[in-house]
Amino acid sequence: MPASKAQALVPDLIIRDAEPSEDADGLEKLALWALHRYSPIVAADPPDGIIIEASGAAHLHGGEVPMLNDIVDRLAAAGITARAAMADGWGAAHAFARYVNRPVLVIPPGKSSEIILRLPIEALRLPEDMVANLRRLGFERIGDLTDKPRAPLELRFGPQLHRRLDQAIGMQNEAIDPVRPPELIEARRMFAEPIGAAETLARYSGKLVDELCEMLEAKGLGARRLDLLFHRVDGGIQAIRIGTATPVRGRKRLTRLLCDKLETIDPGFGVEMMSLCATLAEPFETKQIRTSLLSDEPDIDVSALIDTLTNRVGEEKLYRFAPVASDVPERSVRRIAPTSPATGETWPDHWPRPSRLLTAPERIETVALLPDHPPVSFSWRGIRRRVKRADGPERVFGEWWKRDAELATVRDYFQVEDEAGERFWIYRAGDGEDKATGSHSWFLHGIFG
Amino acid sequence: MRPLPALASLREKIQRIEAGNRRALAFLPFGLPEMDARLPGGGLGLGALHEVAGGGNGAIDGAAAALFAAGIAARTKGQILWCVIRQDLFAPAIAQAGLAADRVIYVEAGDDKTVLACFEEGLRHSGLGGVVAEIGRLSMTNSRRLQLAAESSGVIGIAIRRWRRQSDAADFGQPTAAATRWRVSVLPSALLPVPGVGRARWQVELIRCRAGESADFEVEACDAQGRLALPAHLADRQAGPQTFGRSAAG
Repeated sequence: MPASKAQALVPDLIIRDAEPSEDADGLEKLALWALHRYSPIVAADPPDGIIIEASGAAHLHGGEVPMLNDIVDRLAAAGITARAAMADGWGAAHAFARYVNRPVLVIPPGKSSEIILRLPIEALRLPEDMVANLRRLGFERIGDLTDKPRAPLELRFGPQLHRRLDQAIGMQNEAIDPVRPPELIEARRMFAEPIGAAETLARYSGKLVDELCEMLEAKGLGARRLDLLFHRVDGGIQAIRIGTATPVRGRKRLTRLLCDKLETIDPGFGVEMMSLCATLAEPFETKQIRTSLLSDEPDIDVSALIDTLTNRVGEEKLYRFAPVASDVPERSVRRIAPTSPATGETWPDHWPRPSRLLTAPERIETVALLPDHPPVSFSWRGIRRRVKRADGPERVFGEWWKRDAELATVRDYFQVEDEAGERFWIYRAGDGEDKATGSHSWFLHGIFG
Repeated sequence: MRPLPALASLREKIQRIEAGNRRALAFLPFGLPEMDARLPGGGLGLGALHEVAGGGNGAIDGAAAALFAAGIAARTKGQILWCVIRQDLFAPAIAQAGLAADRVIYVEAGDDKTVLACFEEGLRHSGLGGVVAEIGRLSMTNSRRLQLAAESSGVIGIAIRRWRRQSDAADFGQPTAAATRWRVSVLPSALLPVPGVGRARWQVELIRCRAGESADFEVEACDAQGRLALPAHLADRQAGPQTFGRSAAG
């Protein structure tokens, strides 16, 4: 559409010249951001996309869907409306992200090549005039192309058509050329003969770590994140990413972290190049080792253990608890990083607390006197229990400064003990008199030890 | 009962053979003479694996077992690694059992296999005070690995055995390489002169104990320092025949 026509349609339209080179720069920056945050293999997919190799990286972000959600949310926070899709190959993911109108889409492995047949042929990354010509011939969907004989089409449109088609349906591999920031510290090694045995890979990983550590030492840095890339003879790249809680330059420790993950690598027909880079490096502080002459306490450094576990289960799954000043039980606890400094705080100790807290309070049937008596009996999960002793109520008010709906709400907590001595933490929603404070139904929230 | 001198020397000899390149044995006493007297070495062995399960419904919720483990961990020095499959611990209660929140690092592993791997990884690290893990199935082979890992580092390992269904809890009868095996069941709490719930009481059964005999105790739950206590009516009891030979002060 010409600019003058657009201006006629929309009054006060703001017009700016297209700046493709700046767009490309911005895309490159976004790709670097994704490299730091999500996966070791990331490339810009101009003009408007980023391609991320997610195998082996998704579980560290809580799975495939949470990872895509995270990407879209973070981009939205930066003012960029994005759509994300995960599929078997670059071609398929490219098509799904652009031609399925959903912010986040994960295609189960092996299903991409079927579902993609329903998408329009524009999804194939072909030049515009070729798409127009194909449409003129009556090709609408990708599925229309697959069952036609190849030779006549190739004669007319050249080899690009079937290359893109094969890439989209996963018949042909497409190598990603990962972005690398210019100041990256990297050690690489080529092999005259491709290698594949696990021991050989481990040995060369160790040698690369040695080289990298020397480079880090020269710059006074320690690695926070390492990416080990295996370039296979068939053009594919496999990667291992490890993270550490503090800057590390210890060869043994880094080698061990990398070798722990070697089993996830499929060398295929062989690996012809390995490259190890410190994607994230920070200044490394040398510390004097504490000696037993000065203090009796042993030097307890658990950061190596924390790194090992983090690389196994993911960063979110390793934490400490810290108190929050809130009377609402489920809000009185927050998770902090395991390496954060000791808070020295604790929870108020007036009332005993149950050792297990149900994720969601469960509704119980009770026989109870209103307004302020504990139940005489209650049944939970199909078992009826007679209350022998009880303590309470401990009244918890809603936090009106968090949500308007909590302005009047009240919970009355009781600790009850049944005949066998099992102790439970139950509460009544509402104060027992005014319906506005809650429904007066009872819930079980925790189990005492 | 005091062991015979011949038996004691034999025990020592076996221990020396078993030790190999293990670190010097250390023990963590409960601080209750009645319990410590039943345990070889006068307490729970550091650098060993111990199993704890709940009795009755406790086999599923593991509430009392968690506090029992927290009480033991509270009396060690250093940080504690606590591995769970899914998190349902309420941190204020753990703090009330004497284990400060700053000392515990939790790992949410997601499945049994990862819990075992994290448990072993923690036990191999000598900088920790102790490692607690909540697991259901624990085979002989796995427990042996854990026991060896604990021996190599001198860190106490506590496996809280917890199952999804009551029928799975029969698994607790299977032998493992753990040094001791405990079952903690809840009892009606201490009677108060006023309405209310008193200090929790547990029936603590020592089901299995390497180089020792099984026993059971009725105790009051952990206080704010992680110590168990004897209920008043037992503590004030006249010295029975089984305590014969001990001095009045003991």
